[in-house]
Amino acid sequence: MKKKLALLLVAGMTMASVVGCGGGSDAAVTSSDAATTDDAAATDDAAAATDDAAAATDDAAAADDAAAADDTAASGALIKVGIINNDPNESGYRTANDADLKATFCEANGYDASFAYSLKNEEQINAAQQFIQDGVDYLLLSAADTSGWDSVLQDAQANGVRVILFDRTIDADPSLYEASIVSDMRAEGDKAVDWLKSQNLDEYNIIHIQGVMGSAAQIGRSDALTETAASEGWNIIVSQTANWNAEEAQQIVQSVIDSGESFNVIYAENDNMAQGAVAALDAAGITHGVDGDVKILGFDTNKFALEELLAGNWNYDGQCNPFQSSYIDNIIKTLESGGTVEEKTIIMDEMGFDAETITQEDVDTYGI
Amino acid sequence: MQNKSKSGIGAFFGRLVRQQYFIPLTALVLLALFNLIADPAFFKISITTNSAGNRVLAGTPITILDYGSELAILAIGMTLVTAASKGQDISVGAAVAIAGSFILRMLCGGDSSSSTLHMPIICAFLLGCVVAMLFGAFNGILVAFFKIQPMIATLILYTAGRSIAAWFNNNELPIIKDATFSYIGGFIPGVPIPTPFFIAVICVVVITLVLKFTNLRLYTEAVGINENSARLNGLNPAAIKILSFVILGLCVAVVGLIKVSRVSSINYSVIAKDIEMDAILAVALGGNSLSGGKFNMATSIMGAYIIQFLTQTLYKYKVPSEALPAYKAVVVILLVVMSAPTVREYLSNLVKKAKVKEAA
Amino acid sequence: MSDNVLLKMRNIHKRFPGVYALQGVDFTLRKGEIHALMGENGAGKSTLIKVLTGVYTKDEGEISIDGQVVAIHSPQQAQNAGISTVYQEITLCPNLSVAENMYIGRTAGIRQNWKKVNADAEKILQSLDIPAKATQQLSSCSIAVQQMVAIARAVDMDCKVLILDEPTSSLDEQEVAKLFKLMRDLKARGVGIIFVTHFLDQVYEVCDRITVMRDGQLVGEYVIEDLPRVQLVSKMLGKELDDMGDISGEYRTYEHKEGEAPVFEAEGLASDSGIKPFDFHINKGEVNGFTGLLGSGRSECVRAIFGADRVTHGTVKMNGKPVKITKPIDAMRHGIAYLPEDRKVDGIVGDLSVRDNLILAAQVLKGFMKPFSKAEANKFADEYIKLLSIKTASADTPIKSLSGGNQQKVIVARWLLAHPEYLILDEPTRGIDVGTKTDIQKLVLKLASEGMSVTFISSELDEMLRTCSRLVVMRDLHVVGELTGADMNQSKVMSTIAGGEKKNAE
Repeated sequence: MKKKLALLLVAGMTMASVVGCGGGSDAAVTSSDAATTDDAAATDDAAAATDDAAAATDDAAAADDAAAADDTAASGALIKVGIINNDPNESGYRTANDADLKATFCEANGYDASFAYSLKNEEQINAAQQFIQDGVDYLLLSAADTSGWDSVLQDAQANGVRVILFDRTIDADPSLYEASIVSDMRAEGDKAVDWLKSQNLDEYNIIHIQGVMGSAAQIGRSDALTETAASEGWNIIVSQTANWNAEEAQQIVQSVIDSGESFNVIYAENDNMAQGAVAALDAAGITHGVDGDVKILGFDTNKFALEELLAGNWNYDGQCNPFQSSYIDNIIKTLESGGTVEEKTIIMDEMGFDAETITQEDVDTYGI
Repeated sequence: MQNKSKSGIGAFFGRLVRQQYFIPLTALVLLALFNLIADPAFFKISITTNSAGNRVLAGTPITILDYGSELAILAIGMTLVTAASKGQDISVGAAVAIAGSFILRMLCGGDSSSSTLHMPIICAFLLGCVVAMLFGAFNGILVAFFKIQPMIATLILYTAGRSIAAWFNNNELPIIKDATFSYIGGFIPGVPIPTPFFIAVICVVVITLVLKFTNLRLYTEAVGINENSARLNGLNPAAIKILSFVILGLCVAVVGLIKVSRVSSINYSVIAKDIEMDAILAVALGGNSLSGGKFNMATSIMGAYIIQFLTQTLYKYKVPSEALPAYKAVVVILLVVMSAPTVREYLSNLVKKAKVKEAA
Repeated sequence: MSDNVLLKMRNIHKRFPGVYALQGVDFTLRKGEIHALMGENGAGKSTLIKVLTGVYTKDEGEISIDGQVVAIHSPQQAQNAGISTVYQEITLCPNLSVAENMYIGRTAGIRQNWKKVNADAEKILQSLDIPAKATQQLSSCSIAVQQMVAIARAVDMDCKVLILDEPTSSLDEQEVAKLFKLMRDLKARGVGIIFVTHFLDQVYEVCDRITVMRDGQLVGEYVIEDLPRVQLVSKMLGKELDDMGDISGEYRTYEHKEGEAPVFEAEGLASDSGIKPFDFHINKGEVNGFTGLLGSGRSECVRAIFGADRVTHGTVKMNGKPVKITKPIDAMRHGIAYLPEDRKVDGIVGDLSVRDNLILAAQVLKGFMKPFSKAEANKFADEYIKLLSIKTASADTPIKSLSGGNQQKVIVARWLLAHPEYLILDEPTRGIDVGTKTDIQKLVLKLASEGMSVTFISSELDEMLRTCSRLVVMRDLHVVGELTGADMNQSKVMSTIAGGEKKNAE
């Protein structure tokens, strides 16, 4: 009996891993997009200094990028990287992120990459320990939780494994990792809120739909709104989590509509939830978007979201750049050639799109 | 479905019936009273015009009927699975993702934002039913032939299901732009009541007819109460357990269709998340034993709408997001305590004493 | 006399929904006596015992031990008061070891010296001649041994009052003798024993006094010498016992019509239960039986016939035509019905109503898509409740709340409703009252006279001798003989069991 169960489990896992590979097919295109992002947001004042530093690193490394890749490929000594990421099914963002990593860290570019996916910290830590035992050269980590990583990163250091964080930071001594390439969620939120302020509405009655409570994206994007709302006297009529889930968002907005309260802004912390919120508005016959009564804000620049923007159904969408792989690639190349990484924390450039100004080209370029 | 004769025997049986309805009715009355006192506007129903130009009913009661219907449909299948297999299927949410994803894949034909449907919705739905029933049968076979406990057996699909769902669509998020598709999770032009409610009504009618014109109830209960005895009376317990899982699979496909129609898209990791827990809660709230055997379909369905009532009440009073699960947990605790035999005995004693006092 | 009184129960009342189970019952137990508690099923014996042991709480009345009034609200309190019980059904944990079962719930604190427990248990088992090891898992023991372990557990608890509720119903004669020896030892030590049983012989062999109950009321308390058997039975039934005469007496013969193929015929039949290949046949209107000691394979034979166990060998013919029976539904479709030995585990569907239990087999035969209408089901239920005089509050009452005898009648009714050609009754009279036993035996003969073939199995040999015209004798999973006509008597059966040739088909 147990044997049969084990077989079934194995079958299940195999299936799951097949599924994991499925995302990689169209990945090649995406990595190049990341490069274009660099100069697009040069005017961003929030993180101008870091941007420049990052850009500088990029440029420096970009020159010998191709050459280095060829070298390692030719010599046959692949750089072993272990990549720990969240489940690619979690969101469109994660799917794009995973595809981007898979495209960059392939044999053709001189890498021998292994991937581990989990939304749970303990499982990620186990995977990290496994990678350290397997003797990887680099450990690339997008941690599920910010805490609990000290001892495993010390192990890594003791075993000569160099750690690069991407997408998410952790609460650990910076000496334990080489670099951290992150999105500044707070900056994303601030950018969106600034845009909202610039609309100069007569009054602000906001439905605030939050992501999974405690996640970096939720905290950053929520704080930006709540602080500005407090200082500007905006009225947040409801603030509830829909766990990144369209249907839950739909229900939350529906219940506000049912209660008869009036509102004119929906601030959804990702595109899916904005989509659910809009479905509720449509059902109730409430207009939204450029010519409508309710302003819709979303995040993550999913392709469908940008198309809604282009059609004038939504108003604003903030980017959360999922394409860290080129940054990571550059850092590894720098380290391999004996250089040092000057700036530990590299904040990626991110944009905000306005329905009034978005173009088809933007949709094609930035949609994920 | 219940005998309501007024003879002495009937009165005795009547008490039993009242016990089964006791929990859900109490919950319903408490919720309704609370809302009535706190804000009677909760029950207000108005007519609005939706973005497609249809005049439709709106208001919290309508919303409860709308979203509770998904749960009610799942509660039908979950009740049968619980009765036959003495356990619960926890892969329902993942299976909804699979069914929804498959239906979308059929409709958009692999093109992630197709503006035309690649096949009629009904065909895609029927294929989705077949797929969901196959996955249901998979769970059923694990439970019936390999004798794995239902929760453990369905853990496999619970874990792998969402990945399978994503795989159907190459991990893309397809969007259907066809207006008719959105009718299923919304409103049919000219009909002011949400379509999911009609679908739930159809499902309830179908299961009522099935229970009336077949031996599904007798066989399921017999297998759930005493498998040995059922077998010696010529039943095939394995087949009946698998059947219950297949029926749940059918319910899952219907819910999957509604879910993907609501937003004309899908998000594999979060669609119908934790819905299995609500479905199981609905069965329990209906006063059904989670360890199988006799079941009452009507109270399960009532339970589903009551849970939606509760959810909607919590939204209405803007209960802090983090606290939502805690409130549901309180309900679960109350339920478990209320259904405990000792508490019931205590309550019935209280009633008896009260009656004696009245007489005196 | 009164200072000799150990346990006194006065004016005990207990009501259940729809049933007034105990109506002011008195019971007195003296030191060093074995006291039989007798009554038909539904008389209230079990309820009285459960009140005494704290399983039920009495509605009214008083219980005193050694002259002290005691409150018993839980089994633990009963145990503390010195009352130990061995129930008819095993109430131990099959997945624990024998020793763990003997000591569970009796030790103070969390720490436990298992070595000592095992050694102690082993000592007790040996002193009682119980063929089990302390460390053995209970479920690997036979039912009889499990029963004895339960008794050993009770005996070891230094009890003042030992209640034995049908302890002998699954024991064979040797085991019963051993138990009686043990009971007499305990009696000599001053323990008061309440002995609940259906076996009249055993009552007269071992008891000092008898308390008779009927329909929830006390009939009377008697010293054993003052109450001859016939009177006891008539007091239990509440009528003079002339019916018994109808079916006792001469042995039965069966006239086989020439050229008529047997209703059922098996050749070299064997199943995965371990039964050795055997030949068997039964003719139209014949009553035959399988006899042998406990565990000799009587039940296994009929289970193989019905397809209840997995059939591994053999061919089967019905009315001369070869048929294939691999699972119960096949047997049912060919007109075979089987009333299983273990009513609780294999027979009743506890939570379902009497009506649903009654129609189950007929309904399965009729088909999934063709349920009986409510009216039909009610008609069947009412008909058979009346026909077999089943005592139930209504057809909607869950079968589990009926007494054992009435449950059995429902199961019999279930198979009669399926209108079988060949009816197998495996221990239909076990654990049920004398009146129902007689009813069932009479019913068997009536059915046979109407042309039904019946295989009847009972551990009470005289029952079989009264009802069957042919006996298949079993020993150690082999058929060792077949008796008909004048050979159908106790001594011949005994000698066949003891020394018969093995006649299995090889």
